Amino acid sequence: MSGSMATTKPSTVYFFGTCIIDLVYPQAGLSAVNLLEREGIRVVFPQGQSCCGQPAYNCGYPDEARAVARHQVELFHQPWPVVVPSGSCAGMMAKHYPSLFKGDPFLPRVENFSSRVIELTQFLVNVLDLKLEDKGEPVKVTWHSSCHSMREMGVGDEPKELLRRLSNVELQELKRERECCGFGGTFSVRHPEISAAMAEDKVADIRATGAKTVLSGDCGCLMNIGTRMEADAKEARGEVIDGKHIAEFLWERTNG
Amino acid sequence: MGNFGPAAREALKDGQLRSNFRRAMDGLMSKRAALFADQDEWTRLRALGESIKARALAQLPELLEKLEANCRKNGIQVHWAETTAQANDIILGLLQKRGAKTLVKGKSMVSEEMHLNAFLEGHGIEALETDLGEYVIQLDHEAPSHIIMPAIHKNKQQIARLFSEKIKEAQYTEDVDALTGMARQVLRRKFREADAGLSGVNFAVAETGTLCLVENEGNGRLCTTVPPLHIAVMGLEKVVERLEDVPPLISLLTRSATGQPITTYVNMITSPRRPGEKDGPEEVHLVILDNGRSRSYSDEQLRRTLQCIRCGACMNHCPVYTRVGGHAYNAPYPGPIGKILMPQIEGMEAKGELAHASSLCNACVEVCPVKIPIAELLVRLRTEGAHARADAPVLQPGAERSTAEALAWKMWSRMATSPTAWKMAGTMAGTFDPLMPEAFGPLADWKKGGRTRPRFAKKSLHRLLRDKGVPDA
Repeated sequence: MSGSMATTKPSTVYFFGTCIIDLVYPQAGLSAVNLLEREGIRVVFPQGQSCCGQPAYNCGYPDEARAVARHQVELFHQPWPVVVPSGSCAGMMAKHYPSLFKGDPFLPRVENFSSRVIELTQFLVNVLDLKLEDKGEPVKVTWHSSCHSMREMGVGDEPKELLRRLSNVELQELKRERECCGFGGTFSVRHPEISAAMAEDKVADIRATGAKTVLSGDCGCLMNIGTRMEADAKEARGEVIDGKHIAEFLWERTNG
Repeated sequence: MGNFGPAAREALKDGQLRSNFRRAMDGLMSKRAALFADQDEWTRLRALGESIKARALAQLPELLEKLEANCRKNGIQVHWAETTAQANDIILGLLQKRGAKTLVKGKSMVSEEMHLNAFLEGHGIEALETDLGEYVIQLDHEAPSHIIMPAIHKNKQQIARLFSEKIKEAQYTEDVDALTGMARQVLRRKFREADAGLSGVNFAVAETGTLCLVENEGNGRLCTTVPPLHIAVMGLEKVVERLEDVPPLISLLTRSATGQPITTYVNMITSPRRPGEKDGPEEVHLVILDNGRSRSYSDEQLRRTLQCIRCGACMNHCPVYTRVGGHAYNAPYPGPIGKILMPQIEGMEAKGELAHASSLCNACVEVCPVKIPIAELLVRLRTEGAHARADAPVLQPGAERSTAEALAWKMWSRMATSPTAWKMAGTMAGTFDPLMPEAFGPLADWKKGGRTRPRFAKKSLHRLLRDKGVPDA
């Protein structure tokens, strides 16, 4: 957890959109910004931002990852919180950036940056204590926790707490909520068959809940789960259950 | 080069294997969780376990010397082996000196690392595994698929079939007690007749020269007390400083491994039979194996691999191991610990690929009782595999490097540090997505996973937020 993060509501925050949201799920990012702005917060989105650098870092290319990390650190230089709608990218920026710059004179700036990184649902619950007025029809959803949000960022009950604040939403939990969906970034293309076996089990777990929508705080997982379901549907192995980033869901439910 | 990929793909096709592992790992995970229900106690105990191992490693050379001196004082003879070949030769020499023809073995992963059984067989010595699981797989000429439960890949029916085929006069039965009884009958006779016994070591106590061995079947005790010669083998990381270091480590070990508060047997071996004693071996030898461990020791980060107490919790909780089973790793140590240990022991050329067999989900890190940063070490080993450098603390650094991949990351890095290039890429991807082929480059691999191709959004988030007027600074 970003222990040094102030728990009082800031007037301005940075928003780091993440590359998957940028290119594949922009509605998730837009919804997150909408939610923050509705709370009267000024959201700053540096247009120069790109990727947190995790793909190269995880593949064993720290020099390439460091260059990308440095680029973000320099860009997000004001003392504002950096809100990230992904536990995985937040984990990279909060936990791995400092080790990437070990022994580098740039380290103090990196540490300052890393201490300001906060995952979106943690920010919404722990800092904003977000109030939500549910304007949607009754619906049953399920929740997929991403590994890095839980195990790197220490996200616990926050996402479910947000869902509980929606009066018409029923949460049906997964049987194996803590198990990886098989995405793992480049793991999904380096070992596609193993990744698929994991995704297959995750999809079965999701289907068994009878939920209309599967929610997550990480679009990497959603991309893995969603495209797996689409392939299933194409071959008549099962229907597609809508996958959505929690920010998009919260915004849709409350912006009636 | 290794063959993890093809072996894993084969394993995935075996539905029986997958369900055997899934069921077994589910059982192990819930038993462990029940014994660590008290989170505060777990946090305290694992911090203690980590500190004991870290303290031992911090003074490893001194502790090993102390262990040797105190073992000698107790009458245990100590032998050092830098390589597995040396360790095998030492053991062969000890057996030959006594004219030993049969060896009963308690469970020892180091002896698997040495391929000791095959080596001894080549020299006309029968090495019989006496741990029930090890006995089962030896009958079937297989390697262990798990470091604690070597036959976990087999179900009851498979074992019943095997016994009825391989054990003389055995009737087919799926009754577990009857099956265990059959193995016991065979093994009891072997214990009585064997010329020598071999065991592993869980903890070796430097200050007292004591070898600790935990087990559930009593076979370890028989191997170490009945035959006239007992040979213990251990990796050099097994040494701890004090006797009082042992209880917390045993508690972490047995609870993490099998979800037991303690094992049925805890053996503390301090010497051969003394004058006037009625049982125990006439000779006790300790073989201490390096096999690349001191190379890892020389690196502050890799050194943490040596904290491992071989509980197997990492594999029990690994979503990859659960899907492909232990044999796919083609290594004595499979699962997460194998993925970090094997490349360090056998080198990047043979085993570097194992470091990539992980989604970095951190499930192993969460349950490791001595807090080995497994995910961090996986990334470190991937880095060593991708970069050749002269002073690397691994064998064949750079063996995993692909020119195409290195170039791809270079280009990616340039793009992700150039706002113009990045935004242009986003625009291009969105505009031309409908025209893109369904499968090319990494997307072809993505689709191998039975997934459709992800669709790039028409307008990137950069574009949406600029249009919305969200400030840039």
